[in-house]
Amino acid sequence: MTELIVNGERHTVDVDPATPLLYVLRNELKLNGAKFGCGLGQCGACTVMLDSDPVFACLIPIVAVDGRRVRTVEGLGTAEHPGPVQRAFMDEQAAQCGYCIPGMIMRAQALLERKAGASEDDIRQHMEPNLCRCGTHMRILAAVKRAAVTMRSAEKPSRQREAGR
Amino acid sequence: MRRFLFGLIGILVVAVIGFVALTWRSELPPMAPRAAASFDPALVAKGADLAAIGSCDVCHTKPGGRTYAGGYPLETPFGVLYSTNITPDPDTGIGAWSQAAFTRAMREGVDRRGRHLYPAFPYDHFTLTTDSDIAAIYAFMMTRQPVSARNEDARLNFPLNFRIFAAGWKLLFLHHDELKPEPSRDAAWNRGRYLVTGLGHCGACHTPRNSLGAEKRHRPFAGGDGRNWYSPALDASSPSPIPWSAEQVFNYLRHDFDPLHGQVAGPMAPVNHNLARVPEADVRAIAAYTASLNDTDAATQQRQTQTALAFARDREATLPIMRASTATTPRQPEPPDASAQSKEGAAIFAGACATCHHGGGEWPSTRPVPLGLSTTVHGPDARNLLHIVVDGIHPRPGESGKIMPGFAGALTDAQIVALAGYVRSRFSDKPAWTGMAEALQQIRRRPAVTEAP
Amino acid sequence: MNPHTQTKLSRRRLLQTGGALAVYFSLRDPLDALAQGAPPPKLPGSLDKFPLLDSWIKIDANGAITVFTGKAELGQGIKTAFIQLAAEELSVEPGDLTLVTADTGRTPNEGYTAGSHSMKDSGTAIQNAAAQVRGLLLDLAATRFNMPREQLKPQRGTVVAADGRVLRYAELVAGLDLHRPAVPGAPKADPKTYTVIGKPLPRVDIPAKVTGGLAYVQDMRPDGLVHARVVRPPNPAAKLKALDSQPVEQMPGVIKVVRDGSFLAVVAAGEFQAIQAMNALSSLAQWEGQANLPKQANISDVIRALPAQDTVILNQGSLGQASGRALKATYHRPYQMHGAIGPSCALAQFKDGTMTVWTHSQGVYPLRDSLAELLRMPKEQVHCIHTEGSGCYGHNGADDAAADAALIARAVPDRPVRVQWMREQEHGWEPYGPAMVTEVQAALDADGKIADWQYEVWSNTHSTRPGGAGNLLAALHLAQPFAQPAPTPIPQPEGGGDRNGIPLYAVPNARVTSHFIPAMPVRVSAMRGLGAYMNVFSIESFMDEMAALAGTDPVEFRLRHLEDTRARDVIALAAKEFGWKPNEPLPKGRGRGFAFARYKNLAGYAAIALDVEVERETGVVQIGRVVAAVDSGQVVNPDGIRNQIEGAIVQSASWTLYESVGYSEREITSRDWGSYPILRFPAMPSKIDVHIIDRPGQPFLGTGEAGQGPASAAIANAVASATGVRMRSLPLSPARVKAAIGI
Repeated sequence: MTELIVNGERHTVDVDPATPLLYVLRNELKLNGAKFGCGLGQCGACTVMLDSDPVFACLIPIVAVDGRRVRTVEGLGTAEHPGPVQRAFMDEQAAQCGYCIPGMIMRAQALLERKAGASEDDIRQHMEPNLCRCGTHMRILAAVKRAAVTMRSAEKPSRQREAGR
Repeated sequence: MRRFLFGLIGILVVAVIGFVALTWRSELPPMAPRAAASFDPALVAKGADLAAIGSCDVCHTKPGGRTYAGGYPLETPFGVLYSTNITPDPDTGIGAWSQAAFTRAMREGVDRRGRHLYPAFPYDHFTLTTDSDIAAIYAFMMTRQPVSARNEDARLNFPLNFRIFAAGWKLLFLHHDELKPEPSRDAAWNRGRYLVTGLGHCGACHTPRNSLGAEKRHRPFAGGDGRNWYSPALDASSPSPIPWSAEQVFNYLRHDFDPLHGQVAGPMAPVNHNLARVPEADVRAIAAYTASLNDTDAATQQRQTQTALAFARDREATLPIMRASTATTPRQPEPPDASAQSKEGAAIFAGACATCHHGGGEWPSTRPVPLGLSTTVHGPDARNLLHIVVDGIHPRPGESGKIMPGFAGALTDAQIVALAGYVRSRFSDKPAWTGMAEALQQIRRRPAVTEAP
Repeated sequence: MNPHTQTKLSRRRLLQTGGALAVYFSLRDPLDALAQGAPPPKLPGSLDKFPLLDSWIKIDANGAITVFTGKAELGQGIKTAFIQLAAEELSVEPGDLTLVTADTGRTPNEGYTAGSHSMKDSGTAIQNAAAQVRGLLLDLAATRFNMPREQLKPQRGTVVAADGRVLRYAELVAGLDLHRPAVPGAPKADPKTYTVIGKPLPRVDIPAKVTGGLAYVQDMRPDGLVHARVVRPPNPAAKLKALDSQPVEQMPGVIKVVRDGSFLAVVAAGEFQAIQAMNALSSLAQWEGQANLPKQANISDVIRALPAQDTVILNQGSLGQASGRALKATYHRPYQMHGAIGPSCALAQFKDGTMTVWTHSQGVYPLRDSLAELLRMPKEQVHCIHTEGSGCYGHNGADDAAADAALIARAVPDRPVRVQWMREQEHGWEPYGPAMVTEVQAALDADGKIADWQYEVWSNTHSTRPGGAGNLLAALHLAQPFAQPAPTPIPQPEGGGDRNGIPLYAVPNARVTSHFIPAMPVRVSAMRGLGAYMNVFSIESFMDEMAALAGTDPVEFRLRHLEDTRARDVIALAAKEFGWKPNEPLPKGRGRGFAFARYKNLAGYAAIALDVEVERETGVVQIGRVVAAVDSGQVVNPDGIRNQIEGAIVQSASWTLYESVGYSEREITSRDWGSYPILRFPAMPSKIDVHIIDRPGQPFLGTGEAGQGPASAAIANAVASATGVRMRSLPLSPARVKAAIGI
């Protein structure tokens, strides 16, 4: 039995502790976001967040996740109430086939939470591990930049509030 | 007393004058810009190969920067140095350097203006390089595209930030030896020795250094340090389970991979990138000399190969992931003393590593070599394994090569240490590593320097 | 044989076998519904093959509208465009429509979703069918209101009369019979009044895709689902010699090991259990037989030396008259792969004698027929439903995975089986885009115009799509294997290897020869653009070489040879937006390139200008700004067109700069993203701008494959401009560019 905290919810799963997180998310927890792309940590389609880091879910056994916070694209919002990064991907229509996109969103989310002021170059370097084959890169970059703006402006009032205390 | 004091001051003054006289180097006159076309193309071509063998670009290019424009931070125990711009830009590079100034820099470690260069620039090796080879490298460098990029000042600890210390270091450690041909060896070996000990400056990483940062001349190639990686010993003390043959060294240097040793990684990768492009005969020569350092006869080589292969295969065949094959091979349980940490390491290995690092399977050509053959796993300390686990292995953009993802964010410090400990105990017969947590912290603190320039 | 006789024959056979024809009511032989004897009138798009309106549109008693297409969403955004067309012509909101895509149980058989045909075939059919359905609704309302039709207006699912009376479509459907043939020349909405067509309607599939909704076949998890993995031979020639699968059968979760000849698979309860069992199985399997692949280094020579069927596809004027300067050049393309990010996947369930397969195949009907042959089942008992997968870019492993799933599902009846390929399997077994060689020779006349043009192209087939079981990978590995059908060339004007082999430029004397090579050293098939990618790369590279020979600016040189005004328009627009100036001096190491093509010489127009920077010491090419101009006819969704062209440019840049399938004589060595690198984020262009020329009322030309060819040549031309060296062998990898530049 392994306990997982996924998108803020606790789950107990009864699978081989060496099972990579990806298969548990997809099959046990029935979350579609993280995708199988290579199983080799080369393409990023399975990217989820572990605490504050983007990680390849295909190569992290659940035993290593025990007690750490896992976030998937489902945890950022819904089609009706998308999170800022998801919203930016919708606004920029940043998908063709879209298979790589949940991984892209999670990697971008990790960057913007750490550094909302990320530069274009920061974003390009940070997104390097994730592959897209449709060639949607320019839109993905635009979406991440757009999300950065929203997240910065959302951050400012809260900072001002804190400063005012 | 006064007289004694005067005497002492006198001696000191004489010593200082003597030291200055010995170490003072004049500025050499700047050279008027010289057209690239004025250099003999054949000489430039020869220089291109030599510059690649010397891996000038590896230090003289910063990540994301223009080739040869310098700015690469070299971290030493004495502080941080930045490599210089060696493009022929007259203002910020070496465009105003005459061939004499260039030769002096290569041989004596003095720049055109007469300033002493820190020995991170391996002039202690280039003393062995012939005049004609230096002339070729000069021709090559002077025909590069000039890049305007100002050199950054070194940030060395006081008092080493005074360049006079570099002069003193040279008095102690800079030798102007001559390489006499070894008649008992063939031409390739002699060529290899010339390149390895001279221009290739392999000892800069593969030879241990003393407390003043000079190579220990009595222990050449006994294993050293490069960019906080362990640079494996190339002599008989090599940790490699299989003594390297010349063919294997060649495969590794030329193709980044040898089926009995594995994949290049870390600071060696950009060196190999250069060696993939120089004349094959030179790489074979380097391989011949390098392999001779371990002084292993063919029979021993073969015997050790068989032993190591049997060990490595067994360690893979009995992995839990391969449990279906238990019908034919008795499954070896994890070490009986398996602590909680090693159990955790085993489970992490099974989920994170075994996808690729297991024997057999459908895709032999994409499989890494068995870890039981890996020098990294058999090395004296854990740094190389920790580096690779944290940062992974990445080919240059657009070039094919093996990819391993880094686990920096995926695994905690404790998990990485557990994993490394498990790998060491499972895939080698060497004693457990110590100091892994500290080494890991140091690796985590520093940005990865393994990326191609 | 014309398509009608073909359908008729198959229908007769169907009746003889007592097929469940009635179920597929509106999909039946269109001739049944038409008067026999008279030649059927020519109808627009796929309506010609499926003229019954209810093949395309159904309105239920509540007024809910369902639109059917035989085409599939491949990530190109086609669903959204079809919805826009139907919504516009039916005067409803896009959200009021349901669209059903390729499904052998429900939709017309529109063959493959390929070749940038979807808008032209299915889009045109849907638009015309919708326009006619609206007309019928208006007729019904006119009767009900007892008013002339001219005084009625359709408006958001209703018909509004001039006197203010309103009838909802739902109130009209009782009298509506859509089971009637479409008529030619029915009026459509006036492009001037469009409110949905031509607007950037957000893609209907994106919200689910960015929030983890059920979007792909990979995401399907029906009750009782089991997971399967296949084990492929180590090389294409290997046969399974021996296997003791018993230890695998005892592994946790393993349900069954499926073996038929050299086809090997394992079914398990859990996905990771299936993967572990697959690994174990492949370790235990013993294979024999060596592949004998050609040497990668001289594949061009190998291709050219193979027996070929030659066709002269253009022969005009008389060659050898030109007195001016001449050039000759040879261009090379390696094998390249589709490389979907999500490996091929399919679900199959064999229940009550019916095999149902959920697949991301580009052609559910041809796949259905091929699976029926493979499984030796009647076609009517095989049901293929298109469900989106990862982007395909042509014929990849989708159909093969469907065959795997069906074979495995048959071995574990009743249970839904999900099989997904591993990355190494996708890389190693998908059919690649063929290696090709072209040779072009031309001479100028005294005015600096091309007078003589000779062009030859050598290529394997560009389609081994399932048109028979033998084109399914697993069929070759069975104990009783199916023979691979003999490959045939795709004829002009669309062409396969010779697609875009005929220059659009006006050249008085020209001969173009297509050398079709039946023997395939490596398994190949359709990859986005087919031969057009290579032919446009060759022709457009050569146009720059000829322009230099003529001492003319490349843009001016192209215009000098073009009469088609729409071609001239995209070229002029791209040049203007890029700020192209003849003879503009550029800093050292920088270059710019231009290229143009009309896809298939009959579809979308695209012109691309871009600049690059080449690092002399490393040979690394960095693309800077890219400007494209495109004319796809009437624009339905401008953002969809931009998205496709941007994607085409980036994908083509990756093919052109990086990609080449590696192989030794014994095996494919490109097995992952390390051994088959593609473009990553840091190497992306700094900017891509796509400018669209809308042609209201003009036919849809399609967009999906218009950009690849021009992008490749624009890059090669820019590299030549930056380095002074013309590179004619793809890819322009760093090592090759460095080698070409020299020291």
